[in-house]
Amino acid sequence: MNFTFPNLVPVMPELYMTALALILILVDLFVKKKEVLATLSIIGVAVVAYSLIGSSGVTFGGMFLSDGYSSFFKAIFLINVVLSVLISIKYIAVERVNYGEYYNLILLATLGMMIMASAGDLIVLYLGLELMALSTYVLAGFIRHDVKSNEAALKYFLLGAFSSAFLLYGISMIYGLTGTTDIKAIAHFVSEKGLIGNPALSLSMVLFAVAFGFKIAAAPFHMWAPDAYEGAPTSITAFMSVGPKAAGFAVLGRVFMIAFASLKIEWAMVLIPLSILSMAVGNIVALAQTNIKRMLAYSSIAHAGYALIGIIVANNEGLSSMMNYLMIYAFMNMGAFAVVIMLRTEGFKGDNITDYVGLAKTHPFLAALMLIFMFSLTGLPPTAGFIGKLYVFMAAINAGYTWLVIVAVAFSAISAYFYLRIVMYMYMREPEVEVNTSQSGTLGVALGVTAVAVLVIGVFPSFLVKLVKAAISGF
Amino acid sequence: MEQVIMNSLNYPILSTIIFLPVLGALLLTLIPRSQESLTKWAALICAVLTFILSLPLFINFDKTTYKMQFVERHDWISAWNIKYYLGVDGISLLLVLLTTVSSILCILISWNSIKIKVKEFYISILLTCGAIAGVFSSLDLFLFYIFWEAMLIPMYLIIGVWGGPNRLYATIKFILYTLVGSVLMLVGIIFLYFHAGRTFDILELTTKTYPYNIQFWLFWAFFAAFAVKVPMFPVHTWLPDAHTEAPTAGSVILAAILIKMGAYGFLRFSIPLFPEATKALVPVMLTLSVVAIIYAGLVCLIQKDLKRLIAYSSVSHMGFITLGIFALNSQGIEGGIIQMINHGVVTGALFMCVGIIYDRTHTRKIADYGGLATPMPIYAAFFMVFTLAAVGLPGTNGFIGEFLTLLGGFTANKLAGVLACSGVIIGAGYMLWLYQKVFFMKINEKVVGLPDMDLREMVALAPLIVLVLWIGTYPVPFLDFMHPTVQHLLERVNVAGGQETQIARILMEVIR
Repeated sequence: MNFTFPNLVPVMPELYMTALALILILVDLFVKKKEVLATLSIIGVAVVAYSLIGSSGVTFGGMFLSDGYSSFFKAIFLINVVLSVLISIKYIAVERVNYGEYYNLILLATLGMMIMASAGDLIVLYLGLELMALSTYVLAGFIRHDVKSNEAALKYFLLGAFSSAFLLYGISMIYGLTGTTDIKAIAHFVSEKGLIGNPALSLSMVLFAVAFGFKIAAAPFHMWAPDAYEGAPTSITAFMSVGPKAAGFAVLGRVFMIAFASLKIEWAMVLIPLSILSMAVGNIVALAQTNIKRMLAYSSIAHAGYALIGIIVANNEGLSSMMNYLMIYAFMNMGAFAVVIMLRTEGFKGDNITDYVGLAKTHPFLAALMLIFMFSLTGLPPTAGFIGKLYVFMAAINAGYTWLVIVAVAFSAISAYFYLRIVMYMYMREPEVEVNTSQSGTLGVALGVTAVAVLVIGVFPSFLVKLVKAAISGF
Repeated sequence: MEQVIMNSLNYPILSTIIFLPVLGALLLTLIPRSQESLTKWAALICAVLTFILSLPLFINFDKTTYKMQFVERHDWISAWNIKYYLGVDGISLLLVLLTTVSSILCILISWNSIKIKVKEFYISILLTCGAIAGVFSSLDLFLFYIFWEAMLIPMYLIIGVWGGPNRLYATIKFILYTLVGSVLMLVGIIFLYFHAGRTFDILELTTKTYPYNIQFWLFWAFFAAFAVKVPMFPVHTWLPDAHTEAPTAGSVILAAILIKMGAYGFLRFSIPLFPEATKALVPVMLTLSVVAIIYAGLVCLIQKDLKRLIAYSSVSHMGFITLGIFALNSQGIEGGIIQMINHGVVTGALFMCVGIIYDRTHTRKIADYGGLATPMPIYAAFFMVFTLAAVGLPGTNGFIGEFLTLLGGFTANKLAGVLACSGVIIGAGYMLWLYQKVFFMKINEKVVGLPDMDLREMVALAPLIVLVLWIGTYPVPFLDFMHPTVQHLLERVNVAGGQETQIARILMEVIR
C-alpha cells in the first residue's frame, strides 16, 4: 500500500494555531498573571497571520483548500481574535473570570472558523463548525456566577445543536444522492447526472440554508442571538458577532457557489426572503431596545441581511462585496463593542442605552469615537460602513436586483433612527449620573485601530477593494 | 478638444476651499477646552482665509465659456473608476462663493450666543461648510454623494446639540427625511453607473443619452433626494421644524446654502442627465412649485413664531426657484440661479436678524415684540432692507430674481406664471405685517431698553446689505457668469429658442 505524506504547507496556519492553543494550556499551569497569556496569544496570532502568506494549495486529497478566498476570511478571523483579546484583558478581570482557558478557547474557536473557511469537504466543514461552536458555547457561559451568562450559553448551545442537526441531515441527504462529500465532486456529479430539479437536492440546499441561517443569525433563525448576545460576556459578544458570522458566510459562499452552483435560482428564492426578513426584523426590533448589547444584536441580524445580498447575487462580484462587507463590519462592530466594554467598570454594568446620556460632556473623545462607529453602522460616508453597503448594492444592481437594493436602503434609512439615538443621547442630553470608564491601554489600542480603520477604509477604500478582488480571482 | 479648463492657479483652489475648513476643524481639536476665545478666533481666521483664497474664482473666471474651470482631477478609487474630480461652471461658481461667505457670517453671528461645547460647535460649522463646498464643486457622482451625505453628520449635531427646546424631534425628522431621499438617489446613481458603462464622471454621463423609461425612473430617484433638500411641497415639513429649533448659525447654513443643494442638484443632474423625462414632467414640477409658493405663503400668514414664519417663507421662495428652473428657458433658469443667491443672502440675513434679537430677549414669539424700532433703530433699518428684499421691491435683489423666474414661468406656462404672481402679493402681505407687528405699533414692555446692534453684528450684516443692493441695481456681473453655462444646458435640453417669446426677449434686454 502506497502512502505519501500529505503536503502540510496549505494547512500550516491551522497547525500553528493548534500548537498555540496547546502551548497556552501548558503555560496557564505555570503563570499567575493571565495577561501573559494574552500577550502570548497576540504574538502567536501574528505568527499564524504571517504563515498565511504563501500557504495556498490543496491538500488531504482535496479535503482542505487554501486559496485567496479562505485566506481573506482567515484574515478577518485573525483580526477578530486579536481585537477580542485586546478588549478582553481588563474586562474579564472586572468580571472576575480571569482564567487562562478564556484565551485558549477563543483561539480554538478561531481555529474552527479557519478550518470552515478552508473546507473542501463537508465532513471537514462539520469538524470546523463543531470546534468553533463548542468553544463559543463555553465562552458565552464564561461568567459562571451570572445567571444571564448561563442562560446565554444554554440557549446558544441548544439552538446551535439544532442547527448542527439540520446541517448533518443536509449532508447525509447529499451523500445519499451523490455518494460523496467532496464539494467539487458534488457539483460535478450534479451536472453530470442531471440532478437539477431533484427535490432531494433542493431540500438539502434548504437544510444548508437553515443551518447557516442559524450561524449567521439571519431571521427567522435569529431567536437565539439577542439573548445570547445580551447574556454573554461583552468581549465574547463582540467576538461572536463577527467571527462565527463571517465563518458562516465563508461556508455559505463556497458550498452554494460550488456544490449548488446549478441551483442558483432556487437558492435565491430561499435566501431573498431570509435577507429581507433579517433586515426587517433586525432594524425594526432594534428600534425598541433599551439594552445596547441587545440593540447591537439586532443590528447584527440586520447586517447579516445586507451581507446575504452578496450571496444572492451569485457571482464573483457579489461574493467579493460580501467579503468586503464582513471585513468592514468586523472593524466597526468591534469598535462599537469596545466602547460598550469601556463603560463597564467595577460595580457598573454600563450596558443600558441611557448610560450613554451626556457622554460627550464627560468623555468627549470616547463619545466622538462612538459617533464614528454609529454613523459607520448606519452606512453614512465618509465611513467604512458606507463603502461596505455601496459595494454590495453595486453588485446587486449590476446583477439586476435593483428592487432588492431599494428594500435594503429603505431599511438602512430606518436603522439611522436607533444608531443615531445613541449619538443623540451622548451629545444632546445632559449627563445624569457620573459614568467612569475602564482604564485599559489595550482597550485604547483596539479603539484606536478600529476607528482609524473605519475612517481610512471610508476615505481610501481602494486597497481593500483591490485586495478582495485579488482574493476572489482564483475562486 | 478638452472639455474642461484645468486649474492654472498656483494652488488647488477648490480643494483648498473644501479642505482648509476641515484642516481648521482638526486644528481646533488641539486647542484646550478652556481657551474659548482662541477657539473662536481660530475658526474665524480659518473661515476668512478660506474666503480670501476663494476670491480668485470670482476674478479669474472665464465668463465666455460653459466649460468647467479650475478643474482638478486625480485617480481616487481606481477599482471602481472613481476620480477625485473638481471644477466649477456658471451654475456652481456663485454657490461656492456663497458658501465661503456664509461660513464667516455663521461664525460671527454665533460669537456670543453659543455658550456650551464651544469647540465642537465651531468644528461642526467648519466641517459643514467644507462639505457643502464639496457638493457644489464635485464633478464625480461618487465624490458628490460622499460630500452630500457627509454634510449630514455635523449638521445633525449643530441642530441637535445647540438647538431649541424641541430640537431632538427636529433633528431626527431632518435626518430621516434627507436620508430616505438620499439613499434612493444612491440606488439611482449606482444604476446609472452600470448603465453608462461603469463611470461616475458627471461630464461624461451628461453627454450620453438614455432610454426614456430609464430616464423616467432615474429622474424620480434623484428627485427624491433633491426635492427633500429644496424642499418642495409635499416633503417640506422637516424644514420649519429644523429652522425653528436650529441655532442661528444652523438656520443660516440651512437657508443660505444647504437647501440650495437640492436646486443645484436639479440643474447639475436631473435636467442634463434626463432631459426627456424632465420635459415630460415639467407640468408636475411646475404644479408642485406653484403649490409651494401659494400654500407656504398662506401658512406664513398665520405663524406666531418669527423663525417659523421665515422658514415657511423659505419654502415659498424656493418654489419660485424651482418654478424658474423647470420653466426650462434661459430667463427662468438664470432667474432661478440668481434667486438661489438672493434667497441665501436675504433669508440668511433675516435669520441672523432674528438671532440678534433672540440673543437679547430669548423669545421668538411675534406677540412678545412690538415697537422695536424705538429702542433699536439701527436694527430696524437693517431688518427693513432685508424685509423689502424678501418682498421683492425693485432696487433690491429679490426683485431681479423673482421677476426673472416669473418671466420664465409665464413663458413656459401662463397659468403657472399667473398663479405664482399671487405668491408675490401674499409674500408682501406676511413680510410687511411681520415688520409692522415687530417694529411698529405699541411698544411691548419686554423690549424696552434693549441695546442696539453692536459692531460685530453690523459687520456680519453689512456685506449682505451690499449684496442686496448690488444685485438689485446692477445684476449684470452676476448674470454674466451663468449665461454660457445656462445656454449650454438648454441646448442639452433642446428647447433653447423655441419657447422664448419675443416679449420675453425684449424684457430681458430692458433689464440689461
